[in-house]
Amino acid sequence: MARKKRGLQEINAGSMADIAFLLLIFFLVTTTMDVDTGIARKLPPMPEEEQETPPEIHARNIYVVLVNAGDNLLVEGEPMNINQLKEGAKKFINNNGANPTLSDNPEKAIISLQNDRGTSYKMYVRVQNELAAAYNEIRNEIALERFGERYIDLNKSKQKEIRKEYPQKISEAEPKNIGG
Amino acid sequence: MSKFRNKDNKGTPAISTAALPDIVFMLLFFFMVTTVMRETTLFVEVIIPKATEIKKMEKKSLVSYIYVGPPVKRMQASFGSKSRIQLNDSFATLDEIQEFIASEREAKDEKEIPYMTTSIKSDESVKMGIITDIKQELRKANSLKINYSTRKGTY
Repeated sequence: MARKKRGLQEINAGSMADIAFLLLIFFLVTTTMDVDTGIARKLPPMPEEEQETPPEIHARNIYVVLVNAGDNLLVEGEPMNINQLKEGAKKFINNNGANPTLSDNPEKAIISLQNDRGTSYKMYVRVQNELAAAYNEIRNEIALERFGERYIDLNKSKQKEIRKEYPQKISEAEPKNIGG
Repeated sequence: MSKFRNKDNKGTPAISTAALPDIVFMLLFFFMVTTVMRETTLFVEVIIPKATEIKKMEKKSLVSYIYVGPPVKRMQASFGSKSRIQLNDSFATLDEIQEFIASEREAKDEKEIPYMTTSIKSDESVKMGIITDIKQELRKANSLKINYSTRKGTY
């Protein structure tokens, strides 16, 4: 009955790697690395009861974009292809009083967007995207001209300066239900 | 000369795998930390539209999601194929949105409430009528920051 004294027996850690691999594979499979992206917008607050009369805006400073139930565009009273919307909006914003039917200056320029209840979400996002692209391109051009850098590379205060001169004013009217 | 030569050459020695568990554990911890489990099962089919002017969404913990789309195939028998709203883990009606926003707010710190964003994940085919109704409800709930979820891509 004589036993050799071995002290504490070492735990066999050979299968540790296997266990860890198993867990690793589980997390590899369940993980979702995708980042959420999207177009950020701010909704206007609900109108209050005693509403003061809204400030008058000259018709030339409003760029009317209408989208009907068939996903067709009507811009400033003229049918337009979506591919031209960005250029059209840029021309309107950057007019600076040159053309009497377009905006006085970028600060006053407002884009009014109205869609039908039957407009598809895809078209709506596309219109929003084109308008956002128009503003982004203009800001970028100004940034390059003034600071020699792209807009996104500028520091916060410079970005703010440009944003103040070229504010993104997209107003959405209450939708109408015409085309079902 | 034979001083440096090994007398009994055993061939190439086995590579030590002792550090393998450590490496694997390191990877494991990385994935454990970065992983985000899918919280909701989708009952609606959502193919989000493409856009180019997209921004990354910050602070995922402050984002509440509203899903809109036609019910998935197995649900269509009982719910039809008309577009519906999904909040959390169930279909919802428009009136429930305000309640949903309120409960989302309750779970957050008071200081964080102004930074809360509502992300609308909607299918391309959805008509704007339903989206507009959602936006009106969000306005009523005074949750004004929204985000139209899109993926990167050109038309």
